[in-house]
Amino acid sequence: MIDTLIHILLLLIMPPLLLGVINRVKAVFAGRCGPPLLQPYFELWRLLRKGSVFSSSTSWVFRAGPLVSLAATLTAALMIPFGGHGSPISFAGDLLLFAYLFALARFFTTVAALDTGSSFEGMGAAREVTFGCLAEPVLFIVLVALARESGFLSLTGALTYASGGMWPSGAAPLMLMAVALFILFLVENCRIPFDDPTTHLELTMIHEVMVLDHSGPAFGAILYAASLKLFVLGALVLHVALPFGAMQGWLGWISFIASMVLLAILTGVVESVMARLKLLKIPQVLLMALSLAAFALLLTVR
Amino acid sequence: MSRMLILGNPGSAALADIPFVKMDDFIQEVYVAIADGWRASSYFGVQGPGAGGQSPARLYAVLTDDRLGVVGVVSTEVVERFTSLAGLCPQLSLFEREIAEQCGLLPDGHPWLKPVRFPSGGAGITDYYRVEGQQVHEVAVGPVHAGIIEPGHFRFQCHGEEVFSLEISLGYQHRGVEEALIGGPSARSVPLLETVAGDTSVGHLWAHCLLLENLAERTISPGAEALRAVALELERLANHTGDLGALAGDVGYLPTASFCGRIRGDFLNLTADLCGNRFGRGMLCPGGVGFGLHEADMLGFLKRLRDAHRDLAGAVDLLWQTPSVMNRFEGTGKVSAETAAELGLVGPAARACGLSRDIRQTHPFGIYRKHSCAALEQEGQGDVLARAVQRRQEADESVRLITELVENLTGGPEHAALPERLPGGRLVVALTEGWRGEICHVALTDALGRFARYKITDPSFHNWQGLAMALRGEQISDFPLCNKSFNLSYCGFDL
Repeated sequence: MIDTLIHILLLLIMPPLLLGVINRVKAVFAGRCGPPLLQPYFELWRLLRKGSVFSSSTSWVFRAGPLVSLAATLTAALMIPFGGHGSPISFAGDLLLFAYLFALARFFTTVAALDTGSSFEGMGAAREVTFGCLAEPVLFIVLVALARESGFLSLTGALTYASGGMWPSGAAPLMLMAVALFILFLVENCRIPFDDPTTHLELTMIHEVMVLDHSGPAFGAILYAASLKLFVLGALVLHVALPFGAMQGWLGWISFIASMVLLAILTGVVESVMARLKLLKIPQVLLMALSLAAFALLLTVR
Repeated sequence: MSRMLILGNPGSAALADIPFVKMDDFIQEVYVAIADGWRASSYFGVQGPGAGGQSPARLYAVLTDDRLGVVGVVSTEVVERFTSLAGLCPQLSLFEREIAEQCGLLPDGHPWLKPVRFPSGGAGITDYYRVEGQQVHEVAVGPVHAGIIEPGHFRFQCHGEEVFSLEISLGYQHRGVEEALIGGPSARSVPLLETVAGDTSVGHLWAHCLLLENLAERTISPGAEALRAVALELERLANHTGDLGALAGDVGYLPTASFCGRIRGDFLNLTADLCGNRFGRGMLCPGGVGFGLHEADMLGFLKRLRDAHRDLAGAVDLLWQTPSVMNRFEGTGKVSAETAAELGLVGPAARACGLSRDIRQTHPFGIYRKHSCAALEQEGQGDVLARAVQRRQEADESVRLITELVENLTGGPEHAALPERLPGGRLVVALTEGWRGEICHVALTDALGRFARYKITDPSFHNWQGLAMALRGEQISDFPLCNKSFNLSYCGFDL
């Protein structure tokens, strides 16, 4: 019960902090002071108090986009274990639902973007879907490998096994999976080197350009859902990369929070020392992640 | 045998001495000169008395030869229409469109005749080149952009991510600078010229000063000449630094972007130390300079210049040492030397293609006659990387020049008033090398010595077409990067 409460509290409160940490790390690398750590919360609060503007050429799909993606991401967040503690919702086969919830969120975001009829948003949607096609298999193959190795078809089962029992014997596939998932984590969350979340150049954006027409609370929902996605996929990476299974009770929670902050710092470092990739190179990197995941799968079925 | 009148830089001649030939000979003259390697610095019409296109208008072509370091002028008289050379000499295309717009003359056979600046309003409302077909889509960007930049409209014809063609339509900032200068020089002229392009205040005003001083037959002291060059090189340094930072920012490489933003401020502050304005306004004035550098301040000035230069070197080396940045820069937005020559590109954009085009070397003016600037063109890559490297090398050269000039500085601010009345009935040409490239000012004076026509050609006027060509076959997502590597002026074009 307490674990469930902590789980829900964490997923509600912590995600925007990660953005704050990333921005602060980037600022330090650039020799600036940077915005306050809590700036993303202020932004959300500001957006919630604003009115929304809806173009008369858009339909209900445009309004549904942010809500559906927020709801889908929240549900997915309830299904993934945090720090070796089981998730509030867990059943056999929730692996698939988890993957498809992200697909649903992506579908509604792109459809809402297409609904505006803007050429930029259409371009962003095309890019998002193209890269999504290559990113989703990575997630699936990793999940299949985990399910195969652990014998569980639930995320909680598979991930607690990955961060516990699998460590002594399966270090090689875990390492491959961790790298593949970290690449997936960066691409799905529109971080450099795949996308630049801070750019104002419409022509170069992937995710940002799709949400240009949203405003007010709806845009707040998009920003919050984005930070939540960062958090959830981050948890996925950490569970494959770190042995949370060996930690009990509070130690699990504390080490989870600490490692999540470290992951945000690592993301900030990656963003600071690299430029964005050329758009055409992104599929190549995704294929690399895909082959890493495939090798991990091969190692588990040997 | 060429019938052009050959002038120096700056150079002037009585209007009566300007060769006046029949239109066909004029067109022949211009075509042969350009085929021979000359390039058009300015090409404009002067409307005769009387309304509409009925009365004869005079066309002047101001051509430059970089090998001989001279300027050639030839003129003709046309009624209603003239023969277009744009199909043979693409660099004349925009000039002919401008003549059509300003004088109501029709260039016969112009391949793509459309407005340039939309002086009667409705900027951007015109036909655009369109590619039809399945999977071909059109992307329109601007005039209102997502960032705080000047307004311009860009039409891309794309196939997926690949750009087939880019058409650029400007004119949103047309202020009528040339018209406002007619009847001058007046008290308004100097502030007007300083704001033709706000980031090129010194470059444009220097051209204006050269013009007036040549007309008045005044020479200014070497000290004042040196101070002008210091201001011009500081302007170049600040802008090149800002551009290098912006290039890094466009590929998402934050450290250099942030550092260069700060270092650009250091160079601007050095300019402010000279004249109290970060953009060099008030530094130059016809007849001399408004401010000087005290001997006591020189050491501090040079030290801050050295410090900023050292920081710049560090920030830019970071860029060169990051493989992901080099991967984005290399091979992106290529312009071949042939294309650059055909389009008549100028400044760093042309030098990055391997063309040796620098007015400071080819047509030295002011102090550059004594303190020459090193040749800096690249090996002819013509991509974003070449334009970035070009800027870095020019920055080094500017620091060297400023140091040399300040160390040899003699005399303080000097400002000799020019005569009230300038000689009448003359044509005068002045070229300077601003940080974007060649700035060409041409003035015609009436019988009373006032400006009857003042023609400004900002380097951006030559170079926008270069950007459009750089985008052919590129990824549309690389447009901002290519655009930044040229960093052209909208208001300098719009006038």
